[in-house]
This record gives sequence, structure tokens and C-alpha cells, in this order.
Amino acid sequence: MLTVSVYRYHPEQDQKPYMQDFQVDTGGKDLMVLDVLHLLKEQDSGLAFRRSCREGVCGSDGMSINGVNGLACITPLSECVKNNQLVLRPLPALPVVRDLVIDMEQFYQNYERIKPFLQNDTPEPAIERLQSPEDREKLDGLYECILCACCSTACPSFWWNPDKFVGPSGLLQAYRFLADSRDTATEERLAELDDPFSVFRCHGIMNCVSVCPKGLNPTKAIGHIRNMLLSRGT
Amino acid sequence: MVKSVTSFGRSGLYDWLIQRVSAVVLTAYSVFMVIYLLNNPDLTYAQWEGLFEMTSMRIFSLMALMSLGAHTWIGLWSVSTDYIKPMGYRFAFQMVTGAFMFAYTIWGIQLLWGL
Repeated sequence: MLTVSVYRYHPEQDQKPYMQDFQVDTGGKDLMVLDVLHLLKEQDSGLAFRRSCREGVCGSDGMSINGVNGLACITPLSECVKNNQLVLRPLPALPVVRDLVIDMEQFYQNYERIKPFLQNDTPEPAIERLQSPEDREKLDGLYECILCACCSTACPSFWWNPDKFVGPSGLLQAYRFLADSRDTATEERLAELDDPFSVFRCHGIMNCVSVCPKGLNPTKAIGHIRNMLLSRGT
Repeated sequence: MVKSVTSFGRSGLYDWLIQRVSAVVLTAYSVFMVIYLLNNPDLTYAQWEGLFEMTSMRIFSLMALMSLGAHTWIGLWSVSTDYIKPMGYRFAFQMVTGAFMFAYTIWGIQLLWGL
């Protein structure tokens, strides 16, 4: 039997959050954490968590799994369980709506801030804006972000200043458009980021890199943005 | 763009660059001092005074002093914006830090040229 300790909070019923222990029979299988949550749901149908694709694509089930942010659907028990115990909490830093469900408003506002869409003022070509294979390659490691918020909510700079520091996820996306050969708003994008918080509050501790379920490297992207700002400003 | 009027240069890039450049200056000054002291185990006051009478040493020392002031200000400003959330306390902390940095810098200049 696996002991699963889950963060519970129902704002209409509970005065404050608490941890609830469950005993789960995994049948000796190396289940994914999401499978365990479904087994818990059979014990308590009131348990709330987000999930959708159950294969690490939608980014819905980001949560703190034994203290490390990750996606429940692609985290096997063998990777996270210690002393036959599993502790599940909502992603830190963002307000809890209920149980493991968080309010991601701030995270999306930061994403919106970096204008995550292609900007190009030149006349549209007859068919489409072409890109060389080399230029397309520059977007690898950037476009794959699924906005699960595991990285930003693992970042202390985001914890302290979520309304000012864009956060690793937003900055990875910012660089995705700065690096895009078809985007012509580079100057405007960089001008928006040249303040003491938006980019420069990153101290390079690389929590984002260690938790990213897609294996991406936001710290490296932030370094590229810094270098672009440096080239522009010196 | 996040507006900030109490940061050192009011630009993220400027503060970041100053932080790095001042760190290099402080490292160079520290390494120089350690090497100088190791090479002069029987250092006399006259020798020490002679060292600081050299214009080059005074310039190097002033550069290190200014670097220390800027580096500390940028660092403590970051700490204050991370951990001190009530605006009044944060601004008071920043003002006290700024006053100390200013006083230390002026005092240091007086020491360097007052020999």
C-alpha cells in the first residue's frame, strides 16, 4: 500500500488548507502519479485536480510531486516515491482555487505581456512567409513549451515578484519570438524587457531547467535575451 | 516594462552590467591586496603609506570603492524588492542603504586623499 498525502482545500467548507492521507493499492505496478490520483478519486470523488491529455502535451496536471514540480501524467511512481510515501501539493506561488487546482491568471498575464504572436509589418507575401531550415532550427527548444507553469512556479524570483518578473516560461516564449526570423518587432520586444525586473530578476539558479517536464532550458533563453539587450545597449 | 525609480541606473541592463563590472574590479583589487600583503610580510607603516601615495593606487582604490558602493546598492536594492513588501519599510531600507553607501564613499575619498 502506498501512502499518499494530498493538499486539500475547499474555500467554501474549509477554514484553512490541510493534508489528507490516503492508502492506495497500486497492485505493485509502476503507475503514473495521475493514475494514483484517479484511484484517489474513487475513494473521494470530491478531490479536485486538472487533467486532460494524460500524455504530457496539454500541461494541465502540473503539481508539486514530493516537493518537485512536474506533470502527474508523465511522472512514474518509481521516479518520485520515497519511503513508500507520495506527497502531492498544488504548484506553489499561485492562489489555490481548490485542492490541487490553482488560479493561473498571473501566469497567463505574464505570458500575454510578452506578446506571444508573430509581428511583421512588411507586406504579406502571396503564399506564406518563408523561413530557411537554419532559421527554423533556432526555434527548437523554444516552441515546445506547453505552458504548464512548472518552471515559473519553481522560481523564487517569480515567487517574490510574480507581477513584475515575467518568469522562465514567459521569457522562453519571449525569446521564441525574438529568435524568429519572420518577426520584425525585435526592438519593441527588447525595449519592453529592459527594466530591472522583467528579465534581469533571473539570478540563473536554474530551478526552471531542473523541473521542466519537456526538457527545455529557459535559463539559456534568458541568457540569449540578455545578450541581445547587451548588444543593443552597448 | 516595469517602472522603477529607486534602482541604481533605472535600467535592468545598466544595473546588471555595473554589477558584473564592479565585481571584476573588486576581485582584481582583492587579489592585488592579498598578493601585496603576502609579498610584504614585514610591512611597515611607511611602506603602506608609500603605496597609497601613488596616484595609480589611489585611482585603483577609488575605483574599488565606487565599485563596492554600486555593487552593494544594486545587490541590497534587489534584496529589498524581493523580501520587503510594505512600501514604507522598503523605501526606508533603500534610503538607509543609500545613505550608508554615500557616506562610505565620501569617507573613503577623504581617507585616500587625506594622507
